[in-house]
Amino acid sequence: MYHYTEFDEAFVRERVAQFRAQVERRIDGSLTEDEFRPLRLMNGLYLQLHAYMLRVAIPYGTLNSRQMRQLALIADRWDKGYGHFTTRQNIQYNWPKLQDVPDMLDALADVGMHAIQTSGNTIRNVTADHFAGAAGDEIADPRPVAELIRQWSTDHPEFQFLPRKFKIAVTGSPNDRAVTKAHDIGLRMVRNEVGVGGFEVIVGGGLGRTPMIGEVIRDFLPQEDLLPYLEAIVSVYNLLGRRDNKYKARIKITVSETGIEEFRARVEDQFEQLRGEFGGADQELLARIEQSFAAPEFRTATFENFNAARLANPAFRAFTDTNLASHRAEGYCIVTVSLKAHGATPGDATSDQMRVLADLAETYGHDELRISHEQNVILPHVHKSDLPKVYATLREAGLATANVGLISDIIACPGMDYCALATARSIPIAQEIATRFDELKLEHEIGPLKIKISGCINACGHHHVGHIGILGLDRAGVENYQITLGGDHTETAVIGERAGPGFPADEIVPAIERLVGAYLENREDAGETFLAAYRRLGPDPFKAALYPEKETADAA
Amino acid sequence: MSRRPFTPKVVAANALLDGDAVWLTADDRWTRDMAEAELIEDEAVAEDRLIHALSQGHEVVGAYLVDAKATAEGPAPTHFREAFRTRGPSNYRHGKQADASRGL
Ligand code: SF4
Repeated sequence: MYHYTEFDEAFVRERVAQFRAQVERRIDGSLTEDEFRPLRLMNGLYLQLHAYMLRVAIPYGTLNSRQMRQLALIADRWDKGYGHFTTRQNIQYNWPKLQDVPDMLDALADVGMHAIQTSGNTIRNVTADHFAGAAGDEIADPRPVAELIRQWSTDHPEFQFLPRKFKIAVTGSPNDRAVTKAHDIGLRMVRNEVGVGGFEVIVGGGLGRTPMIGEVIRDFLPQEDLLPYLEAIVSVYNLLGRRDNKYKARIKITVSETGIEEFRARVEDQFEQLRGEFGGADQELLARIEQSFAAPEFRTATFENFNAARLANPAFRAFTDTNLASHRAEGYCIVTVSLKAHGATPGDATSDQMRVLADLAETYGHDELRISHEQNVILPHVHKSDLPKVYATLREAGLATANVGLISDIIACPGMDYCALATARSIPIAQEIATRFDELKLEHEIGPLKIKISGCINACGHHHVGHIGILGLDRAGVENYQITLGGDHTETAVIGERAGPGFPADEIVPAIERLVGAYLENREDAGETFLAAYRRLGPDPFKAALYPEKETADAA
Repeated sequence: MSRRPFTPKVVAANALLDGDAVWLTADDRWTRDMAEAELIEDEAVAEDRLIHALSQGHEVVGAYLVDAKATAEGPAPTHFREAFRTRGPSNYRHGKQADASRGL
């Protein structure tokens, strides 16, 4: 586990002290809101529909038990006893009071956490594969590199006022769980023909108003060139990026307006100039960081009890069928703890649940926890022989829902229940879909299916890359939901296609049922997933199910 | 050029300390109950009241004009966004709906 250096600690403490003084001056009237707003945003504090919201970074989604307990304590002491995990591997508190925020930030600093660069036109929290350091399919742990990028980008003097926010994701596995193709920069760790490690660098991806899949700007970048190359990309963007129009300011627009060839040429040019300036200090730093990410000492033990429990307990079997992923160490597994109990708010965890997860990580999980962009919590290193006990504890805490990757494991942004930018609600739609398919007892039969819901065009809920995407809009003063089909967030990333006119709130669940019905009817066999069937059949049978009236009208 | 006819409005904002939804009353207070707000029927008055509200930065944040309609109880929201702000989120009984049930 990476521990902040003294420099980090001093920097974070100083920022909290500064912010404390700024909050005092805002409250006593010496700062106007116009003056204060950029200062609070720099510290992750937003104003939403009903209250402030504090967004806390969880770098590359990694936490230890002490940090998780502190998040619980903050939720209890200064919020309403819960937190919301987001698609950016952040946690959001929905009810902080302005005067309490400096204390919350101090409490975070006590465990080496902060809310810096969770807002503003800066390089945001660097995200990574949530199975990093554990996955069976991994080439290398991407977190040391993510940490290197975090240190390079934090308070980077040139990059505090970029044309727009800037998001970087890293994966160390060929199976992309970090949505790298929908980031401003995506990094995929690869090996070249002679087995040397480096990166495939993807640039200009993004969702939002103009969704785009990123393009490969460099198919093999040697590891030691990473920082100068990133710096080259960000500086070229800093220069070329449009500042005249907020909707055209992201790097995806810069790349598409400039053309990838020209953009690449400029980056390579800049890179040649920058390369010498780094002088290897970054590689020494990386080597030090790598040591603190050394894998835990995995034990060798038998696990007959795991197999016996699977035979004896169908609920445990269902849990192990859906919520486990393969681990690189023999006898171990990765446990995904679903924060999507049917009918619950996706991504929310109570402080009690956070403490249970912290205890489990400490006792059975080498003290590690991860937050996934799919709004679940991961215990990355659990030995199979411990799994029956882990499961029993999760179950008592309401955390044993066996639905990971299924239709009720829905991503939903906060939407108009909290978010000031929203055009419609997301959470109730997710709750209703999950509840309905639980009643139908169909989700295991349906198999892998990703529904992703956003409450506005900003697409924090990743709807464009959902197998079924749902976008909430305001149509003449009524909430209306538009469906996209066939999106994919993985290494085969695709932006979903709009299916047709939207549905009012009370018609969206029946519409999803019809869609799923069409899939079940048309799939070749149970092994063909929704996405595979959609790719084979195209949108027509699905559109016909969504809009049956139109079908009859056309036939008439 | 035809302009859209003026529709009645209230001045809305968020309270400085806790961010709760508040509305401006006729006697220049900020109320947490929209029914107590001043319903403004005249465009020039609305602009004046907004200017006044924007000078209240020591108490509220982000004042704006929003459509409202007259009811027997007082002004009420016409759009769902402002309606949510009079209640709180729909996934938990938090915010105003919880305060109301505690009799605040
Ligand atoms: S997608 Fe829109 S509504 Fe949802 S969290 Fe992002 S900005 Fe808010």
